[in-house]
Amino acid sequence: MVIPLVVYKSLRQHLVSTLVSAAAIALAGGLLMSVWVMRQEASRTFTSVSGGFDAVLCARSSKLQLVLNAIFHLEDSPGNISAADVETVLKNPNIEFGLPIAVGDNYQGYRLVGTTTELFERVEFAPGRRYRVAEPGRPFAMGEKEAVAGSFAAQQLGLAPGGTFHPFHGLIYDETKQHAETFVVTGVLEPTGTPADRVIWIPLEGLQRMSGHDARAATDVSALLIRLKQSNPMAGFQLDMLYNKRGNKFTFAWPLGAILGKLFDKIAWFDRILAFVSYLVVVVASASILASIYNSMNERRREIAILRALGAGRLTVFGAIVVESAAIAALGMAMAFAIYAAVVGAASEIIRAQTGVVIDPFALHPVMLVAPTGIVALAALCGVFPAIKAYRTDVAGGIAPTS
Amino acid sequence: MSALNEARRDRLRATTLGCVYQSFNLLQGYTCLENVLLAMAFGAGRDRGWAASLLQRVGLGHRLDYYPRQLSVGQQQRVAVARALANRPRLVLADEPTGNLDAINAAETLALLRETCREQGAALLLVSHDRDILAQFGRTEEFSDLNTPLVTAA
Repeated sequence: MVIPLVVYKSLRQHLVSTLVSAAAIALAGGLLMSVWVMRQEASRTFTSVSGGFDAVLCARSSKLQLVLNAIFHLEDSPGNISAADVETVLKNPNIEFGLPIAVGDNYQGYRLVGTTTELFERVEFAPGRRYRVAEPGRPFAMGEKEAVAGSFAAQQLGLAPGGTFHPFHGLIYDETKQHAETFVVTGVLEPTGTPADRVIWIPLEGLQRMSGHDARAATDVSALLIRLKQSNPMAGFQLDMLYNKRGNKFTFAWPLGAILGKLFDKIAWFDRILAFVSYLVVVVASASILASIYNSMNERRREIAILRALGAGRLTVFGAIVVESAAIAALGMAMAFAIYAAVVGAASEIIRAQTGVVIDPFALHPVMLVAPTGIVALAALCGVFPAIKAYRTDVAGGIAPTS
Repeated sequence: MSALNEARRDRLRATTLGCVYQSFNLLQGYTCLENVLLAMAFGAGRDRGWAASLLQRVGLGHRLDYYPRQLSVGQQQRVAVARALANRPRLVLADEPTGNLDAINAAETLALLRETCREQGAALLLVSHDRDILAQFGRTEEFSDLNTPLVTAA
């Protein structure tokens, strides 16, 4: 086959426009793959974040707010539930285990979450994985002014075992609202890739009894994280019925994935627009290949005529142009993976910083096969237009002396 | 020949004819060797040894990897001669092959063309305005004679 040689020579002869077109394809393809993978991985990862729980119970509010507050540590707390209520709820036979949390303070923007040492003893944030305090270090002791920092928070704040800090009141950092208490860091959590990495964990009473907090509410908790009895598949339905439909005191957020899934559904139009924009960019980049080859057809006319005079068939010169167009796209898509790695790597780092959730930027995804194939095919299609011109090249006119 | 379809005419051109043009018509992005090899690719198939020996024969054995722009016009036309012979053609067509060359190069190229065609057993059909060139050939035809209408409309 002579086409590969002819294509290779032509790509080299038009090196600058080859590289510019390939770079345009690389950006477009990298953007397309990034948008695809991020929208799918983000929703898949976020809807699977549970911290090891099945449900959240809190004062009457929206389920989404509840999940964002108690699981993702992002939203405000909608209100408190009293210690007595917690005790009653925990007696429900459908609940295997409940972990109370209290929020309301921060340290330089990183949230303090009060809870019990059961966090380290009973909770598996992923199957078989418990929250573990990295060596050297130990969990906080109940009743002490001690803290265990999440790995990301510790890294950002420079907290290490033995270090101390004064918390600030409120969930948003305001330097005028510092509490008088001094907390001692006893350990740092091993990285979990969950929102737990972005908070500082302290004993429940530590938060409830913080100076300036309302003493009457000192036994209240912000939310109860619940693990359902696995032996009863109807446990979630029954509690949903009990607290949400019949009761009006609490909101029972369950199942967690579906609640966040609804949020992603609501903003789905947004990533549909992003996807649409990335398709448009691909079309523009492919059209730029078309334009660059088409524009060079006049200078190629002579070469094509020479090839024809040497015995190349019309289909050979037609095919050479189509393959050249596809080859530019293939070259571009090879570079697109570097763009993709940069974009997704940066995006997942930002997501980790903002939420603690780790999205695997290099998870294999069907789009990594579909996008290159589709874009190369689209470029080949774009190559058809100049190729028709090549097909029709007038041999006698093309090789006649130009002087 | 006019009865053949286009694909067969392409094939015939590749395997049976060699062409030498006034303006060389070498491909600028290909080296001397590649220009000859490319012609082979459409005809008998690429044969690097044969291509190199043809270039050797036209005196360019030391310029195999040079691009046309790196050669003098005389050398370029000699590459074209080598290319015309690449597929061992039965007929070589030469259209004013010396038209762009100075007198010395013209004489050398013409001699080379005639010798190589004889060596390869190819017929040479050459078009020229130059009476001195035409005088060297065994048979000449005047274009004006060929262009005479055979039948005149009543």
